[in-house]
Amino acid sequence: MCALSEETVVKMYKVMTQLNSMDRIMYESQRQGRISFYMTNFGEEGTQIGSAAALSSEDLIFGQYREAGTLLWRGFSLDQFMNQCYGNCEDLGKGRQMPVCYGSKGLSFVTISSPLGTQMPQASGAAYAFKRQKNGLCVICYFGEGTSSEGDAHAALNFAATLECPVIFFCRNNGYAISTPSREQYKGDGVAGRGPAYGIHTIRVDGNDVFAIYNATKAARDICVSENKPVLLEAMTYRLGHHSTSDDSTAYRSIDEVRYWDERDSPIARLRYYLVSKGWWDDAKEKVWKEQNEKEVLQASARAEKKLKPNWTELFKDLYHDMPQHLSLARKFW
Amino acid sequence: MKSKIMSKLLMLKSNPCSPMFIRLFSKSPQCMATHFKFQPETAHLDGETAKMNLFQAVNNALDIALAKDPSAVVFGEDVSFGGVFRCTIGLQEKYGKDRVFNTPLCEQGIAGFGIGLATTGATAIAEIQFGDYILPAFDQICNEAAKFRYRSGNLWECGKLTIRSPISAVGHGALYHSQSPEAFFSHCPGLRIVIPRSPIKAKGLLLSSIRTADPVLFFEPKVLYRSAVEEVPVQDYMLPLSKADIVAEGDDVTLVGWGTQVHVLKEVAEMAQEKLGVKCDVIDLVSILPWDKDTVFNSVKKTGRLLIAHEAPLTSGFGAEVAAAVQEACFLSLEAPIQRVCGFDTPFPHVFEPFYIPDKWRCFDAVNKLVRF
Repeated sequence: MCALSEETVVKMYKVMTQLNSMDRIMYESQRQGRISFYMTNFGEEGTQIGSAAALSSEDLIFGQYREAGTLLWRGFSLDQFMNQCYGNCEDLGKGRQMPVCYGSKGLSFVTISSPLGTQMPQASGAAYAFKRQKNGLCVICYFGEGTSSEGDAHAALNFAATLECPVIFFCRNNGYAISTPSREQYKGDGVAGRGPAYGIHTIRVDGNDVFAIYNATKAARDICVSENKPVLLEAMTYRLGHHSTSDDSTAYRSIDEVRYWDERDSPIARLRYYLVSKGWWDDAKEKVWKEQNEKEVLQASARAEKKLKPNWTELFKDLYHDMPQHLSLARKFW
Repeated sequence: MKSKIMSKLLMLKSNPCSPMFIRLFSKSPQCMATHFKFQPETAHLDGETAKMNLFQAVNNALDIALAKDPSAVVFGEDVSFGGVFRCTIGLQEKYGKDRVFNTPLCEQGIAGFGIGLATTGATAIAEIQFGDYILPAFDQICNEAAKFRYRSGNLWECGKLTIRSPISAVGHGALYHSQSPEAFFSHCPGLRIVIPRSPIKAKGLLLSSIRTADPVLFFEPKVLYRSAVEEVPVQDYMLPLSKADIVAEGDDVTLVGWGTQVHVLKEVAEMAQEKLGVKCDVIDLVSILPWDKDTVFNSVKKTGRLLIAHEAPLTSGFGAEVAAAVQEACFLSLEAPIQRVCGFDTPFPHVFEPFYIPDKWRCFDAVNKLVRF
């Protein structure tokens, strides 16, 4: 059934569960006032790790904000995640943005920004450049079903199709855009239903089946790279957690609904059953891994919390390539 | 006929120098004449020149950019056949469809696509067909392009993006073919905004804009595309981006403008010399963001009298920023309140354009106020 090695599949499981641990601890950190804000990935670990595993490490990722798993897969360290959340002196983003706005040049992950959907036409443009550069790479652009309503989403799909850009548009259809359920987001056949209208190869996938995501993403990548055409992939999943630490989803959905999805369709549980059935995992390994995981995350969090914030002069830097006179004067007379 | 003239005379309450009076009784047919007189300059560069108008100068700059930078691409609505203002004529034939191409009709897409291209290190030269239609791209330009480098801690940037767009009055453009949107974007740290006044300036500034490591909005005064003709150097040359130009000198009054308005102000300076015996510094800001405060401050400290003129509406137009900065830095040097002569606080009208624009009569009237204060 699965052509992936034990090593790869175990790595998938480990990254998914590590993401889960990091999320639980960082969510608590916000509740305790240690960091200002956080967004979890509960329920979507399969979409993130499955797709990341199918890409080349240099394929460019344009994310929305719920794709930390793709960075974790590529090797972004716990320290680097925490540094950004704490906005400390080692944050690659230099303390300028809210938590979870990760970015990494070395791991080909474009820094997250808050406006929704803006990354989509950018992904089309970047893919066009890759096509011209003939570098054999593709671009992947993650977005939620809510974001698919933005004008930029329409622009991105139409540009990618007409200009033939090697980009995978990966829709995480997780059922909610904050409190807005998908039935209030669109009336047609989800996001996938729109793909053919643009002339784009489209597939809808079980987002909680990490292997289905892996296979679909791999096939999408092959189309992109060999045909220089975009692909639209709609991953059907479920947002188990709240939208963010500023949200309490019990205000708009029942705990029963959440429990149903967690018990019946958890991507982590599904992968664990598979691992156990292959004899690649067991309760003893689970116990050891869980403890190691939590310990590593807690230690990374403690390290990040202790570090100082960046120098205040960083407020004025990196706006332009060279600091203009009016800013250096402002900094001097602050 | 007689009663018509009588009623016009009765309507007038002010002195014969008033803009309304002069306009009503002047002879030139409004639909044909421009409100300014383009005076060609000579380039301060050795070497061969060719007679070019502004769209030809822009075309020449794009040609050079495409020739020298293999990563450069030019895109936007209708650029393939040459563009509605002919700025991209001949480029697709020369450089191919993968480098010069039409996009679908979507300004937010054009801007976003350009940002994406630029983040990979490719030189992205986008065209927005009219500055009046740049607003759908506002989010991409201000929330994304302007902030890309800053928010990523300098990991990512889109400095290789240039967005060109025609702006300003053209005689009959009305609400949606005449706007000057520079003020909206001037409020967005991280952008560069450049406005050329002539073909020589346009070519050099555009090449600088394309090559500078910051995203640039390059606004071209569309009325100058055909009417401004100069001997433009054929070589590859660049002009400095953040420096204002002093295009005329005088000790009595400072006149500040950009784009088409510079030519109006040059004429106003001549009128002031002739009718009031007053000599003016005429400053072309060239760059709206960042803007050259030193050149303006030095001039106002010398003259004590400042007029800023722009076609965009008065309230919160870029003149407001210049006025606020000048009163702060040059307060004790001021001999009169700063004058702003601008479009009125209304949309840009069609048949009323001659009354709307800050023409030489309204500007001259303001100079008069400044010297008589």
